[in-house]
Amino acid sequence: MSAQPSGATAFLARFDGLRDHLPGGRLPWVAKLRADAAEAFRAAGLPGRRVEAWRYTDLAPIAQAGFTEALTFVDEAPALPPMRAPYRAVFVDGRFAESLSVMPAGYRCGSLAAGLDGAEFLLGTLAQPLPLVALNTMLFEDGLLLDLPAGQDGGVLELLSIASHTGRPIAFHPRHLIRLGAGASLTLIETSLGPAEAAYLHNPVYEIGIGADAKLSHVRIQREGRSGFQLATVLAAVQAGGVYDNFTLNAGARLVRNEIHTALLGPKAACHMNGAQLAGDGQHADTTTFLDHAAPDCASRQTYKTVLAGKSRGVFQGKILVRQAAQRTDGYQMNQALLLSDDAEIDAKPQLEIYADDVKCSHGATVGALDEAQLFYLRARGIPAEQARAMLVQAFLVEAIEGVTDPIAQAALAEATDGWWEREAA
Amino acid sequence: MLKIEGLTAEIEGKQILKGIDLEVPTGEIHAIMGPNGSGKSTLSYVLSGREGYEITGGSATFNGVDLLSMEPEERAASGLFLAFQYPVELPGVGNANFLRTALNAIRKSKGEPEIDAMQFLKLARTKLKTLQMADDMLKRNVNVGFSGGEKKRNEVLQMALLEPSLAILDETDSGLDIDALKIVADGVNAMRGPGFSALVITHYQRLLDYIVPDRVHVLIGGRIVKSGGKELALELEAEGYAKVAA
Repeated sequence: MSAQPSGATAFLARFDGLRDHLPGGRLPWVAKLRADAAEAFRAAGLPGRRVEAWRYTDLAPIAQAGFTEALTFVDEAPALPPMRAPYRAVFVDGRFAESLSVMPAGYRCGSLAAGLDGAEFLLGTLAQPLPLVALNTMLFEDGLLLDLPAGQDGGVLELLSIASHTGRPIAFHPRHLIRLGAGASLTLIETSLGPAEAAYLHNPVYEIGIGADAKLSHVRIQREGRSGFQLATVLAAVQAGGVYDNFTLNAGARLVRNEIHTALLGPKAACHMNGAQLAGDGQHADTTTFLDHAAPDCASRQTYKTVLAGKSRGVFQGKILVRQAAQRTDGYQMNQALLLSDDAEIDAKPQLEIYADDVKCSHGATVGALDEAQLFYLRARGIPAEQARAMLVQAFLVEAIEGVTDPIAQAALAEATDGWWEREAA
Repeated sequence: MLKIEGLTAEIEGKQILKGIDLEVPTGEIHAIMGPNGSGKSTLSYVLSGREGYEITGGSATFNGVDLLSMEPEERAASGLFLAFQYPVELPGVGNANFLRTALNAIRKSKGEPEIDAMQFLKLARTKLKTLQMADDMLKRNVNVGFSGGEKKRNEVLQMALLEPSLAILDETDSGLDIDALKIVADGVNAMRGPGFSALVITHYQRLLDYIVPDRVHVLIGGRIVKSGGKELALELEAEGYAKVAA
């Protein structure tokens, strides 16, 4: 047994000090969840690189940072980007900011801290024995609690996470619980932002239950500050005929891990998980997906594109598990990387584990630099070199981005990706 | 005018151009004919600024300005256009977006205002019509899934939109059937005038039936070995390069 990383000890000490003050402290079932999570986290610690799933992403900088909680609510309202959708739930340092939010009426949607009593239907039900999920369960203070009744169209909701500038390294662990009843539908567009210079840790966990024939379109736009860390774990379970669409853009943070676990639990459930990672000098972007095909006649599609500039590192790990019951599974996974500098590095690890015999499953990976012939063609038409490179980077991303069809999400994505290369090359 | 003097160039240490002397006065169309491996494409790439070619001597000026020290986009902005022998496919880049970006880049460098998407569409549709190209060509990705003839017509469309003062057509006739060849030739002929000159690089005389050159130059072994009027092309066709060059 190796010595526990100091980071784990610090988080555990926080829990020991705060446990009675955390939301739900008087609810025995929440207290038990937290205590069990603390035991699990104590045993596992922050995952180290000797753990296979963390071979390419080193959390040592987080262990060393000595994060603390944001103890008081920030008085000053941070500058908010303009609203794109009719409704927006705003979280500052992981806490629901009611005065900054415009919440939908007609279904349950609000602060988890305020609604914990009655959140048993989801909290902890999808959790897997993952150290970062345990860390979140142990320390979460708030999150979005959304319960969309059967048959209802929830429209478009924005989820905005902002890290404030507190002057010290803070960590927040929001827990977002989302349930869609049978036949319900929702588009959730999430943006996370933070100050450029502040070191902070945003460790969100999502438990997402999608009922039969329900559809959730989940767009995550990660634009954390360049000194920030984001370790996100999405846990989704899809019932028969339901659809989970996840698109994640990683464009910010010093280090990001976008980990998605989706289980297709009923026949004809479907899942599209796409994403793009744009990493520049000093950034590390990791997307890790686990797709669990547990029922017959389900389809999954994954397309991930990573663009790396400067001294940066990209990681893609994607595992598809096809259980014995999951006959006639149709699975597809593609990950492609574009390296814009000699100092960039990509690690890609696709994995298929198949126990059913009637299955169509494919995966592929490519790594390359910008095509010199394409670049010359654009320049020969008068397009300056940097603009030509930007066009080719954008073209590379198209295949992953074109699956996002909601116009509000498209606009948010365009804002995050347009001009990325020009900013990076400047 | 384009003026090339004693131009020598090599690729990976192998000398391809061995001293090219050539003048194309403004308003004229010149043809360069030569067998495979004579340096025709190298000349077009060197003039348009492709990387990988080492210029070891000589000069090339366009309207008195040193071409060889400019970036490819600067050459384009100064009025040079290369119609590629093998137009490049750009998956993920829409043709309309590409054409408008190129047009606006060139307009911007000339200090002209950019044109918006609506104005561009109107302009592009007019040009498409004269080239007998379908409007849906604008919606497709650049050259992706285009037939050989469509790719070459797309090159001529770009030329028609960008309105260069000097066009280099690198074997634009290769892979074209006779109908496509006529359309392409019409596109070039439509630009003929006192402000337009062209260097038509070709292996065969056929194209020159439709784009009638003012002068014909024979390029063999990296040198221009003979120059003459348009009848020289017919002579080459009838007697072959070896005899004419001898």
